[in-house]
Amino acid sequence: MNNYALIIIIVSYLAMLFYVAFLAEKRKKSKWVNNPYVYTLSLAVYCSAWTYYGSVGIAANSGIDFLPIYIGPVIAAPLWIIVLRKVIRISNQNKISSIADFISLRYGNNRFLGALVTVICLFGTLPYISLQLKAVSETFEIMADHTSYVSTNILDDSTFYVALLLAIFATFFGTQNADASEKHTGIIASVAFESILKLVFFLIIGIYITFYLFDGTTDIYNQISILDNFKELTSLNGLEDGFNWLFLISLSFMAIFLLPRQFQVSVLENNREKYLKKAIWLFPLYLLLFNVFVIFIAWAGKLTFGGDVNSEYYTLLLPLENGNSFLATLVFLGGFSAVISMVVVSTLALSIMVSNNLIIPYGFLDKFIKNQPERNAKYIKNIRRISIFTIIIIAYFFYILFSKQLSLYSIGLISFVIIAQLAPSFFIGLFWNRGSSKGAIIGIIVGFCITFYTLILPFTLVAYTGTDTFTQLGFNGIEALKPHALFGIDFLSAPAHAFFWSMLFNLLCYLIFSIITKGNYRERNYAEMFVDSNNFKALQDSALVWKGEAYVADIKSVLVRFLGEQKASRALRLFFTKYKLPLDTQLADARLINFSEKLLTGSIGSASAKILIAKVVKEEQISLIEVLRILEESKENIVSNKLLLEKSDELSQLSSKLKDANKELVVKDKQKDEFLDTVAHELKTPITGIRAATELLMDDEDDMPKEIKKQFLSNILQDSDRLGRLINNILDFEKLETGRLSLDLTYLDIHETIKKAIANTQHIAAKKGITLKLNNVYRFKLDYDEDRILQVLMNLISNAIKFCESDIGIIEVDYILGNNELEISVSDNGKGVPNEDIDYIFDKFYQSQHQNTIKPEGSGLGLAITKQIVEKHNGKIWVDRTKKTGAKFVFTLPIS
Amino acid sequence: MKHRILIVDDEPNIVMSLEYAFKKKGFEVFIARDGSEALTILKDNIPDIVLLDIMMPNVDGYQTLKHIKNTASLETTKVVFLTAKNKASDVEKGLKLGADKYLIKPFSVKKIVSEILELVT
Repeated sequence: MNNYALIIIIVSYLAMLFYVAFLAEKRKKSKWVNNPYVYTLSLAVYCSAWTYYGSVGIAANSGIDFLPIYIGPVIAAPLWIIVLRKVIRISNQNKISSIADFISLRYGNNRFLGALVTVICLFGTLPYISLQLKAVSETFEIMADHTSYVSTNILDDSTFYVALLLAIFATFFGTQNADASEKHTGIIASVAFESILKLVFFLIIGIYITFYLFDGTTDIYNQISILDNFKELTSLNGLEDGFNWLFLISLSFMAIFLLPRQFQVSVLENNREKYLKKAIWLFPLYLLLFNVFVIFIAWAGKLTFGGDVNSEYYTLLLPLENGNSFLATLVFLGGFSAVISMVVVSTLALSIMVSNNLIIPYGFLDKFIKNQPERNAKYIKNIRRISIFTIIIIAYFFYILFSKQLSLYSIGLISFVIIAQLAPSFFIGLFWNRGSSKGAIIGIIVGFCITFYTLILPFTLVAYTGTDTFTQLGFNGIEALKPHALFGIDFLSAPAHAFFWSMLFNLLCYLIFSIITKGNYRERNYAEMFVDSNNFKALQDSALVWKGEAYVADIKSVLVRFLGEQKASRALRLFFTKYKLPLDTQLADARLINFSEKLLTGSIGSASAKILIAKVVKEEQISLIEVLRILEESKENIVSNKLLLEKSDELSQLSSKLKDANKELVVKDKQKDEFLDTVAHELKTPITGIRAATELLMDDEDDMPKEIKKQFLSNILQDSDRLGRLINNILDFEKLETGRLSLDLTYLDIHETIKKAIANTQHIAAKKGITLKLNNVYRFKLDYDEDRILQVLMNLISNAIKFCESDIGIIEVDYILGNNELEISVSDNGKGVPNEDIDYIFDKFYQSQHQNTIKPEGSGLGLAITKQIVEKHNGKIWVDRTKKTGAKFVFTLPIS
Repeated sequence: MKHRILIVDDEPNIVMSLEYAFKKKGFEVFIARDGSEALTILKDNIPDIVLLDIMMPNVDGYQTLKHIKNTASLETTKVVFLTAKNKASDVEKGLKLGADKYLIKPFSVKKIVSEILELVT
């Protein structure tokens, strides 16, 4: 076919795609572009030139090995309902614009992580794009049919122009809006359109080859099965092949989530979560249809050409061989469609990552702050445009330098292994809130380094030097370090081998560093939000825990720089209305901070948005405990629980007070019981005496001696007196103890009162031959109740008489003026008060173990009553411990 | 043979009445004013009956009873509590400790004498 005719076909085909995209962009809200079928077809961006041409090549050379790359996504599809829906929900809420943004936000807006993911994606995608360019270039040459033609410089190479055209297309439809989280309806519509074309054209050529060139599938099978190595090609080769399959399936499983272009179409361009329900069965069906004829085309090619031509292009060569250039052109356009959609979506996704996670956060932020809003939007768009062009041009040079030697299949797998390094931090981070940024960063770097050593380095060396000594001998000739057989694992294919080792160490690093390090509060906050996304849906803006001070005016000025005055004002007005806040609110709260960060995230990425907002906000560090507490509270409304807790605290305090009071009552009750017991016992004793003596006297049959009769009568009298005293004492004590006794205070001379007391006790003392002395002649007048103080003095004196020995006993009463009080003492030369009794001697009914007196005289209440009377006068009473011989009782009366 | 009784009580008026009543019935009567005096007397004499008050200074009635129970020579001696402590729990405690009878103050002298006679014959 003529070179120019082909170019005209390409250009007009591109023009048609432009038109489709243009129409879709114009009718953004139309049902034609917003439906689950368009969504599912856009997912088919997965089927690139690799699928379109590469699969046939693999099928021809290695049999069914082309299949695992499609089995992975088929297994993944049912899981979309859980995983992808969660990712979509989080991305929509946070205005995520790329997978780099997504991962960096999960780990607390980590700027470095966002940049790292971007770099990984660049490494993983650039060779992939160059692979597409290679396919275009090679198919172009086949179609143009000048195999002898070799491009001498760039300007002479048609692939270069194709690349430029693709860049223009991506630029035009990819950078309509500065906010990258806005949907790219035009591009998606064209991708869906291309997905239909590539499938239909591939099916047509499949049917043509199988049923027109050959006599159906059975015919091809019968012919190919007589070849020598047929069995080898159609079956798995033992355990090693099984492992290869397993790893390739895992690899493609991850790729369907992680490839930047897949993330773009499946997450960012998703309009409704419910589209997933259709996609989970429609997408596997699409992949199945695509693969139905692969093996037959491969066999047909093999039967026709043997091993002479590049088996990847059987679909083109077969119709051309049979002179059907129309069908060949269709196939070419189908392949071209696969290339365009892949390149456009990939470069779009990459350019957003590069601008939002690499360029803007690392250098352009300060510039933005000074700029005018319109210029900022323009800047952002320009950064993205330049990125798109740069990416495609780099991919082109990569193709010139490397890809010419390698197959579509091998480059595709290298890309997959590199992208798969994001898997631990992406998947585990979604469900495990402990996953930390440190773990993610270290895991990705380690995984990438291993991939570099085992896959990229040998590949590069082979491409440059043309020899594979490095692969054969290993680093420094060390057997264990052979890049394709680390530590002796030599049965895996190179990509499976690289995948195994890199993923193992990536995963280990991620888990270990996540467990041993704890992220800061921001990171934990976002981790909680991602992992528990359902619970946080209702909270949305307030989900972020934030403590600090910021003014609405400052935040608004930042928003204006990126959104323009009108948009920023409108956004704030909506925000205030939503949360029922006054429109002139001065201080920003956590919700507004979060809302503003989200508004900016679409334009400049989450890391940059955080940095920008942080510049106008005085943020305070919050301790992790505080964050967890706030999270808990907002989650479960513990506020009310707390109130209950306080109330129950109060109640338990009250009840413990009650318990104490009750204990006191019980003690008092017991004391009262004891007191009554003792009183009863004390009363019973004289009654017993009276009763016994009276009975004996009554029963006397005149044989009782006279003196004994007299003794009994005197005992009765004594016991009666004792009983009377006891009753008086008990009544006194009761009155004093309950405070019902009022003193009759009179201003009197203490000397006279003491003399009276001595006179009243003189006769008892005289009976025992004891001397009572009062040597003090000093007269002193003060206020006291004379009857009561007499009682005190007589009590003390008669006590002293009790404990003094007959005839030699001397008791002295004395008084001395102290500090604002009069000190009155009664001392004797008796046996004194034993030390152990001093503390208890004033207790009621206290009986000393050393007491050995004649019983009838005590009541057990004397000293207790004495103490009560003194204290009623506001005085004190004690036993003087300093006196060596005898006892000395001292009491005071205050001088008012 | 004369019955021998030891009266232990710190109330002299009560002791006096009991002493008179028992002597009249032909008892040989020993008197102790508290537990320690009682123990001294019990060293040299083995009475048939000990009439024992409980609440006394120094050595109380319970301790005295314990001593009697622990002394082999006093095996045949019977012990009767005579006390104002009249609660059911006190009575129970006294009998549990090994007293043969538990009598309560105030008392009828005639009744005490007949209770004691019941024990010794």
